[in-house]
Amino acid sequence: MDELDKKIIRAMQDEFPLVAEPYQVLAEQIGIAQEELIERLKRYKRSGQIRKMGAVLRHREVGYAANALCAWVVPESRLEEVATLMATSPSISHCYDRNTMPEWPYNVYTMIHGHSRAECEAIANKIAEQNNLTEKTMLYSLKEWKKTSMRYFCE
Amino acid sequence: MLTAFDKELLNILQTELPISKRPFADLAQVLGTDEIVVINRLKELKEQGYLRRIGPFFDSTKLGYAGTLIATKVTNGYMESVASEINTYPGVTHNYEREGDFNLWFTLLTPDLETQDKILSDIRNLPGVENLISLKANRKYKVSVKFKLK
Repeated sequence: MDELDKKIIRAMQDEFPLVAEPYQVLAEQIGIAQEELIERLKRYKRSGQIRKMGAVLRHREVGYAANALCAWVVPESRLEEVATLMATSPSISHCYDRNTMPEWPYNVYTMIHGHSRAECEAIANKIAEQNNLTEKTMLYSLKEWKKTSMRYFCE
Repeated sequence: MLTAFDKELLNILQTELPISKRPFADLAQVLGTDEIVVINRLKELKEQGYLRRIGPFFDSTKLGYAGTLIATKVTNGYMESVASEINTYPGVTHNYEREGDFNLWFTLLTPDLETQDKILSDIRNLPGVENLISLKANRKYKVSVKFKLK
């Protein structure tokens, strides 16, 4: 990553222009040619540094009013198989395996989205049954103290 | 209310915005409409709050950042002061009060592990923080906030 890469990434975190040639507008802000910007962005996408170029919706506005962070205890021997299967569920947006602590045995985390709390519970129960899992905890949010997009290379 | 056209547009846009000279013209072609229709409708959907963000979504690990999920146990009465202090770090992108023994959960992204250690040690020392555990991700099986609109 060179300085120009960082400059591009910083600029791409601002508002995306809703105009006919948005990359031209962004390229001008950065001070490079549109062709160079397009070429670099395509390169980041190929390398996986950009995991997605597109839109993220506000889920409450599009009807998914409830969400629950569900943490699971999955036997180590079945970890990959179970987490891979969980990830295929359209109701799950995030699925990670994480390290555990003596006071916290849960090793897999899924973010479940539904139209209601009851629907989230039903989805989790179905996943538990399908995968023969007995230990889980539903971590419902009581208050959102912060939710923002990360701004890289702005420290 | 989202129209059938909006849903089709947003379903495509959640998957991919072309990296090309006229990305909205490319989308319009797939949808069988004009570039200006797509642009104007997206402006409206943005104003109405349906769109959280358009643009690139980066893989923090591949940009060299260290990330973790932190669970903290905050003493009754200290929630607001602890949560506000945690919010001041730019690498904290999500911070939620949750039901349960560990009642405050946040994500932290830092350019390196040293910065992460320093921030976590500062937070651990805040008044009202009884316990703090760092739950580092080993593998990400899915990272995709995509809602299929029907």
